[in-house]
Amino acid sequence: MDRILSNIRTLQTPVLLIVLLAIVSGLASLTGSDAMATTIAEMMIRVVVVVGLYVFIGNSGIISFGHISFMCIGAYAAAWMTAAPTFKQIMLGGLPAWLQTEQYPFLVAMAFAAVLPAIVGLALGGAITRLGGIACSIATFAFLMITNSVYANWDSVTAGVSSIIGIPTLVGPWVAWVFAGVAILAAWFYQISRHGLMLRATRDDPVAAQASGINLVKARLGAFVLSAALVGLGGGLYAQFLGILTVDPFYLGLTFITLAMLVVGGMSSLTGAVIGVIGVTIIVELLRMFERGSMGPITLPPGSQELGLGILMALILVLRPTGLSGGRELKLFGRSRPAAPAAPEAAQAAPAE
Amino acid sequence: MIGFIQNLIDALSLGGLYALTALGIGLLFGILRLINLAHGDLISVAAYALIVPSVDVTARMFIGDFNILFLLPSIALIVILLALATDLMAFRPLRKATTPTLMIASFAVSYIIQNGILMIYGSRPKAINLWGAANQQIQVGDLRVPLLQVITVVVTIALMVGLSLFLSKTRYGVQMRAAAEDFRMAQYLGVKGNFVIGIAFAISGILAAAVGLLYVTQSGSLSHTMGVPLALFAFVAVVVGGMGSLPGAVVGGFAIGFVVTMLQAYLPPDLRVFRDAFAFAIVILVLLFRPQGLIPARNVIERV
Repeated sequence: MDRILSNIRTLQTPVLLIVLLAIVSGLASLTGSDAMATTIAEMMIRVVVVVGLYVFIGNSGIISFGHISFMCIGAYAAAWMTAAPTFKQIMLGGLPAWLQTEQYPFLVAMAFAAVLPAIVGLALGGAITRLGGIACSIATFAFLMITNSVYANWDSVTAGVSSIIGIPTLVGPWVAWVFAGVAILAAWFYQISRHGLMLRATRDDPVAAQASGINLVKARLGAFVLSAALVGLGGGLYAQFLGILTVDPFYLGLTFITLAMLVVGGMSSLTGAVIGVIGVTIIVELLRMFERGSMGPITLPPGSQELGLGILMALILVLRPTGLSGGRELKLFGRSRPAAPAAPEAAQAAPAE
Repeated sequence: MIGFIQNLIDALSLGGLYALTALGIGLLFGILRLINLAHGDLISVAAYALIVPSVDVTARMFIGDFNILFLLPSIALIVILLALATDLMAFRPLRKATTPTLMIASFAVSYIIQNGILMIYGSRPKAINLWGAANQQIQVGDLRVPLLQVITVVVTIALMVGLSLFLSKTRYGVQMRAAAEDFRMAQYLGVKGNFVIGIAFAISGILAAAVGLLYVTQSGSLSHTMGVPLALFAFVAVVVGGMGSLPGAVVGGFAIGFVVTMLQAYLPPDLRVFRDAFAFAIVILVLLFRPQGLIPARNVIERV
């Protein structure tokens, strides 16, 4: 009995978050509009990406500006596996034969979309997690630019600035919801595992953690690879949601929106990552409606959506640096949560020097 | 040989731009522990301030048509005011925040400025001709050097000498160095924190304005993300040089300029589009062997 209770206590947060997403999706589908279904599918994909981002940023405390590169790599990986062979033979002559002539099933493509970014993440992370936190952030920024310029110029495998077409569009709101659930569970089990706890210890006090025998580089690298895989999976879903792929979306704009989601929700809890995606999606959609003038007398000029999001993020940082979630996890019962650490208020409030 | 010397002059002038940008970033990092991702956007604003604000495709000169004696101070003033405004609205309320929080805040500021430019000037890149005469070449023996590169190198040296004189000889310069060494101690000894930080923002604004004008003269076009690559190379320069060290920022800037120019000159033509990827790969290799940078600062390791 005690064991069941403790299992419920351990698993309540991810289950509640998955149920919350299902409720949002269910309510939205009541409207029955196609535009709403598209918005929800995109939101679920962003849950996968932001939860992936959270696995590294939230647990290690190091900001990454480069994870959208993994999304790009994952999206192209899925496109290489599933686009029509006739298109690939004409436009993507640089691909190996096993990709060029075959068309693989959806789940195989998703697995590839997670594995390829994880391999790249292992190679990159092995180098940059050795740097200090800030230098590491800058290196991820450089990685974003490298991936962008390589994928935009490597014509024989990415079709360069023209697009890859004919990717089967299999991802709708509920398929994306299933993957969002997978990402949430993966992030949760990592977070309460020994490795996750060690990484969180290095985030809250690197010196004390290292003095207790934690290998800083190894702890960061593990989270980096897992988060690269999850973000890559989000990219693969995105490719099979759009059906057409270019390099352009995987750059500063998407980097900003996903980071804003994480900051608005609260960087240091999984609940924050999920709530941030829901909250920012709602705000962006509202601002878009105002821009289109479909909200009555007030019409905002184009561009207010981006400006509004930027100002919202700055306000959250100033007024509530721990985000909407306050760094806490969503739970119904059991105040103390033995498996996961308390909100890092101390780390947030520590002076800069 | 002539070819190599010409590449070297290219490297010097490109490295000069990176070094000036890196100085502006390094100055704020030393005092505030702020990596100002919005610095590149100050450079864009310096360039956009030259033209009449409108979404038209063709750019009409506004401040850009002024006499140079009015042009330089007005552009510098605009950028300084913007830099001070970002401090006042975004960074001052976050004085006690952690470095990652500050970095995200500056990313938000950068996003706001970029989209502000988009709203006012439109999204299409614009052609602009500032000081066209500076693009002519001067002949020295077999060597042909664009006048603009000479100007860039001279301006870089002048600003660096000016900054180092300011930091070593004037009262506020000394206060600024004290604040970079130990901010809290400097405050106890009577240094006015916000005032010194304001001066640092103003100087980084002047440096951004200089880089913006030199860069737009050379490139002849405006786009709302034009400052981003410059700033990114400068961030990397700051890391390579050694975070928190101003000489390091300058050395890092010139080193990156050298690497990029030489890759551009000597890579096989079909690999040239991947120049930046090679440059960053070299940087990561350097950092694996010297994680503290080429000229490490003394006070970066936190005391516990």
